Amino acid sequence: MPRYGMVIDTRKCVGCQDCVIACKTENNIPEGYNRDWIVTESHGKFPDIQMEIRTERCNHCSETPCVSCCPTGASHIHDVGGVVLVTHEMCIGCKACVEACPYDARYIHPDGYADKCTFCVHRVEKGEKPACVSVCPTYCMHFGDLDDPNSEVSKLLQSRKWHVNLPDAGTKPNIFYLV
Amino acid sequence: MNELLEITTTRNNPHVDPSMGMWEWQIPVYLFLGGMVAGMMIIAGYFLFTGRHKEKNCSCFFIPIVSFVLLSLGMFALFLDLAHKLYVWRLYTTIQFSSPMSWGAWILILVYPALIANILIKPAKWMTNRIPILTEYSKKINEHPFLVKNIGIANMILGMMLGAYTGVLLSTLGSRPLWNTSLLWVLFLVSGLSAAAAFVHLFAKNKYESELLAKADNGFLVIELFVFVMIFLGLLSSARPHIEAAHLLLSGAYAPVFWVFVIGIGIIVPLIIQLLAVNHKVSHTAIAPILVIVGGLILRFVIVSAGQFSHWFNAHLH
Ligand code: SF4
Ligand code: SF4
Repeated sequence: MPRYGMVIDTRKCVGCQDCVIACKTENNIPEGYNRDWIVTESHGKFPDIQMEIRTERCNHCSETPCVSCCPTGASHIHDVGGVVLVTHEMCIGCKACVEACPYDARYIHPDGYADKCTFCVHRVEKGEKPACVSVCPTYCMHFGDLDDPNSEVSKLLQSRKWHVNLPDAGTKPNIFYLV
Repeated sequence: MNELLEITTTRNNPHVDPSMGMWEWQIPVYLFLGGMVAGMMIIAGYFLFTGRHKEKNCSCFFIPIVSFVLLSLGMFALFLDLAHKLYVWRLYTTIQFSSPMSWGAWILILVYPALIANILIKPAKWMTNRIPILTEYSKKINEHPFLVKNIGIANMILGMMLGAYTGVLLSTLGSRPLWNTSLLWVLFLVSGLSAAAAFVHLFAKNKYESELLAKADNGFLVIELFVFVMIFLGLLSSARPHIEAAHLLLSGAYAPVFWVFVIGIGIIVPLIIQLLAVNHKVSHTAIAPILVIVGGLILRFVIVSAGQFSHWFNAHLH
């Protein structure tokens, strides 16, 4: 079974927010809400400052506190690619999953259910790339099967240095940032 | 020039940013009422188990009715918190073993029959006036002391489960370091017991029970202090996010409320008053029990709010 993930090159990302806008239009995200966003991290002592810009979203983790805490089974792991999804008609809006995610990647949709990035699974199942990946003008985002050693994402991870977000939180995230 | 470490985000999701605030007043109110009802069930169960229901004015007769009302209020608060209310029935078409919230939903379903059984041992006048058959039921139950004992045991066990699960629920959310202590359920259970002892003491007509509960409450308050010490020792010897989480209460933004209301007014002051009272230095007043109850409520607010505020750090450039 494939394990979908993303590899994002922080050396190419300029924080243009194209991915953010693409997601909002593709998935009809209500005003004021975001499934993906840009984080800028600056560190150092002037004039020796380092900066990393990265686009973030739900990490579609392999260990999912957001799924295990869900009292109804609405939060679940999809049959295809280990994508973490929410079935809207099963969600009671108890917010446990929102609290359980150490990345704060979820929110409660104005219609009442928990919502977050779906890896655009509706596109992926048609053989397309997630909306954010498809629009990036610097080609900094790569989507694919992490379990396939010959996939583009696996090869990038073998050849470059990378980090994940909050490795200590124990969620085994599936989004990797090249440095 | 000083060292810089700055992280900015463009995300601004309601109730998530700048810091998690999904759970508002409804959750602490439910946790408090649920905890206090849990404690009252344990107390009433114990009285039934030890045969105190033979006394005319045993507190075990008013406890289940009050518990019934308070728990229902708590559950209503919980319902108010749900964002997708029409789908609430989804809780009861499944059991999710990994989700304490799912256990809780089912525990609540079991708690009500136990409370009702307890009510039936000696239904109030206004009930039997309306539903005369209750007198029959009551008579039948009282013919079997064994049954009464078992109703007592059921109330104690379900009370324990109710009191404990609320703590387990929060402590399994490892994303919030302050909650990530396996002693949270002990804290909530003991705090629930102490609020319950205070509440029943306030209304108990039976002298012996009133005195017993004041003494028991002193015990619970001391244990609660001890549990706090253990929780902080655990957090302070853990990873950086946990240390910072402990400091939120000990010396950070939540310290004034924590020290003044939770520890001072909620535990130390009533403990001193009640110690003097049980040693007959001062007479029993409503002050100490009220402080204990208010302290228990504020405790839930502080833990829920500070817990949501505590978080992991996501800095990579070092
Ligand atoms: S990032 Fe958060 S919401 Fe997404 S799978 Fe991981 S824990 Fe769940
Ligand atoms: S908000 Fe919905 S998806 Fe999240 S834990 Fe509650 S029921 Fe499950």
